[in-house]
Amino acid sequence: MQMAVETLLNGVMLGALYALFGLGLSLSLGIMRMINIAHGDLIVLGAYLTSAAVEATGFSPFFALLLVLPVMFCLGWSMQMFLLNRVVGRSLFAPLLLTFGISIVLQNLLQEMFTADTRSLRAGELALLGVSPAGISIGVLPLLSAVVSVALLGTTHWLIENTHFGRQARAVSDDPETARLVGIRDRQFFATVTGLIFVSIAIAAALYALRTPFSPTAGPERLLYSFESVVLGGLGSIWGTLAGGVIIGTAQVLGAKLSSGLGPFLGHVVFLIALLVRPQGLFGRASA
Amino acid sequence: MLSIENLSAQYGMFQALFSVNLEVGPGEVVALVGANGAGKSTLLRSIVGSVKVPAVAVRLGGKAVGGRSETEQLLDGIALVPEGRRLFASLSVEENLLVSLRNGRPGPWTMVRLLDHVPVLAGLMSRPSTSLSGGQQQLVAIGRALLSNPSYLLCDEVSLGLSPMAVDVVYGLLDSVKREGTAVVLVEQNVRRALASSSRYYCMQKGRVVLEGKSSSADYARVSTAYFGV
Repeated sequence: MQMAVETLLNGVMLGALYALFGLGLSLSLGIMRMINIAHGDLIVLGAYLTSAAVEATGFSPFFALLLVLPVMFCLGWSMQMFLLNRVVGRSLFAPLLLTFGISIVLQNLLQEMFTADTRSLRAGELALLGVSPAGISIGVLPLLSAVVSVALLGTTHWLIENTHFGRQARAVSDDPETARLVGIRDRQFFATVTGLIFVSIAIAAALYALRTPFSPTAGPERLLYSFESVVLGGLGSIWGTLAGGVIIGTAQVLGAKLSSGLGPFLGHVVFLIALLVRPQGLFGRASA
Repeated sequence: MLSIENLSAQYGMFQALFSVNLEVGPGEVVALVGANGAGKSTLLRSIVGSVKVPAVAVRLGGKAVGGRSETEQLLDGIALVPEGRRLFASLSVEENLLVSLRNGRPGPWTMVRLLDHVPVLAGLMSRPSTSLSGGQQQLVAIGRALLSNPSYLLCDEVSLGLSPMAVDVVYGLLDSVKREGTAVVLVEQNVRRALASSSRYYCMQKGRVVLEGKSSSADYARVSTAYFGV
């Protein structure tokens, strides 16, 4: 019983992180109508940048991350402004191809700069800490990453619903042409959005790298989990993405408990079954 | 003074406007009539920057402002109420208005002022914009443009598809806009209505201005002939 609860909790905490992976995908799809195939590789890039910042400064990963965030924002802003804006809004395929190319370039760049060796971020004592309410032991690090993930998803949801920024985001997503008529500079706006997406990627990357070793080719797998969370939850719903991530994460942890190689497999199976039953996703609108 | 000088515009291979000249004085109401495909919408879209045109083709107070972005035109006081209303479906009525209020210029039009003129909107503010009737949506669309505090309000087919009663309400709002000293350009299919509410008119046909004059002395038969081109 106790073990079942622990497994379940671990799954939920892993899933919250997957939902944070998915947040950026969900936003770029929702606001700019584009799919970023390089999303997973950008997560890995964020992990390497944080790792490099730790090495260069000797700070703990959390402080090093603070240095990485503005760098990632600028990277995202410029990538959107100078590269992605050229293809966005024309068709779904052009951004798909372009970001696929970026994905390949990134993987090779990372391999060139950091070699193909596996790396990890060391959390120090934090990795060993645990709490055990009612006899159930929970790692502090997974708990922290889950709390940060949920907090970021919640903040994003609040921003979209209640601020001028969020209203502009929904307006430009509804109708970019009319959005320009009410003074939304869509290209600059998209650049800011992608900058913020990159910030969320950097945070997700650091949390991921604290739990799991990573290598330059780890991107596509991250992309897959992100996608599964977003699609399973239903496009355009941030809480849906959280639910989707939690389901995938729980299935993976359960699978890994059954047999160590079965984790991702069970995640995919659950994803496929859920899609067969509810193709629009858990929180998606039937027509959309 | 908003003046269009020798404006030609095209979509790809198709030329939609052929050296059009048009003037709108401050606070003036100008009607722009013509059949479908005459180029009226293209003309309005060229003025606000949705269709790229040479800088000198559009002058605002003497300054060449053609070909600038929609945002720049908005901040210099030119706003468009697009054909078909085009409210943002994911935004409530209030949010539709807020976006424009925040991005536009400061000026006499505020949310309170707008609701004074259009009290019916007060009870609809939190509704999704798509749940409103066509006439109510049109009031929101005009209100949205007004809140950016334009000096020149360009209205594309504001009465299209509305009931006669709704059309009266919409024109009532445009009357108060005129009284505030805002110039209005009215693109209309309904020639009588357009002539009755404007001081001057232009009639377009196949991308050219074929007739213009004072609305009060317009000969309805001549305008109709120019309108249909027969």
